[in-house]
Amino acid sequence: MSTSVLIPEAPVRLAPEQAHDLSHEQDHEHHDSGSNTLFGFWLYLMTDCLLFASAFATYAVLFMNTAGGVSGKDIFELDFVLVETFALLFSSITYGFAMLAAHKQNRSATLMWLAVTFCLGAVFIGMEVYEFNHLISHGHGPQTSAFLTAFFSLVGMHGLHVTAGLIWMLVMMLEVSKRGLGNRTRTRLGCLSLFWHFLDVVWICVFTVVYLMGSV
Amino acid sequence: MSSQNDAAHGSVKSYAVGFLLSVVLTVVPFWLVMSGGFDKWTTVITILVFAVVQIAVHLKYFLHLTLTNEEGRLNTLTFLFSALIIVLVVGLSIWIIYASNAMMMH
Repeated sequence: MSTSVLIPEAPVRLAPEQAHDLSHEQDHEHHDSGSNTLFGFWLYLMTDCLLFASAFATYAVLFMNTAGGVSGKDIFELDFVLVETFALLFSSITYGFAMLAAHKQNRSATLMWLAVTFCLGAVFIGMEVYEFNHLISHGHGPQTSAFLTAFFSLVGMHGLHVTAGLIWMLVMMLEVSKRGLGNRTRTRLGCLSLFWHFLDVVWICVFTVVYLMGSV
Repeated sequence: MSSQNDAAHGSVKSYAVGFLLSVVLTVVPFWLVMSGGFDKWTTVITILVFAVVQIAVHLKYFLHLTLTNEEGRLNTLTFLFSALIIVLVVGLSIWIIYASNAMMMH
């Protein structure tokens, strides 16, 4: 556990008296490849961070250019956004419980918590689609002004990520119910865990920078 | 083994602590803006501080970033590097664009 995950251990020829350690060695290797996968996924998330950062920079530059149309103050409904925020926040803790159940090899509890997380994520996406639809039907679509283009791009990009997470979660529920909670499945659940919590972190930035600062 | 698992995957308690902190750190800025009782800059700076603190809470309790073991350190260092790049990209973009806007106004 103390060896660096980046440097694979050199293969060692085992003396017969060490042979009983073999199974342990294999466990160790499994664990290492799992944590390498998680680290690789984490690196992907960091590049995703840069994508979101660029969208935030664009929004910060463009949000005052309303082309004589509505500004954030006119269209944001904070109580609505607060409910959205809580749906996502609750889904973070329920996903955490799914992970804890998975590490205890409790398949039914894992599936139950994944289903709860999926529903909360679906509530979030449903509310966002409703908000977008409401704005567009009132003539505040993304083509109206630079502000609305930046708003729809940034919030929509987060929404697309959450949608991808929901599809991934469905696939994981299938995998857990069909294959149980082996090492590989748990590694995949771990990647989705990072993805899901990461999206919640991005949402903190969205509600602070877009909704709250836009309504001050 | 179980303590190692706790460090890597958290426990019911650590998720609950993270969740409760996040609730407080979410409700206060919303209340601050919705009540509208404070002047603009106090409100903006306060909600930004609350956001940064909440991000730190999420990183610690949900994403399990830590400096106490090798894997946690790797994740934390790569995160800090991304954070540096983000500050450069976002901060400098805003600085440049706003400065050029201000120059064109004259």
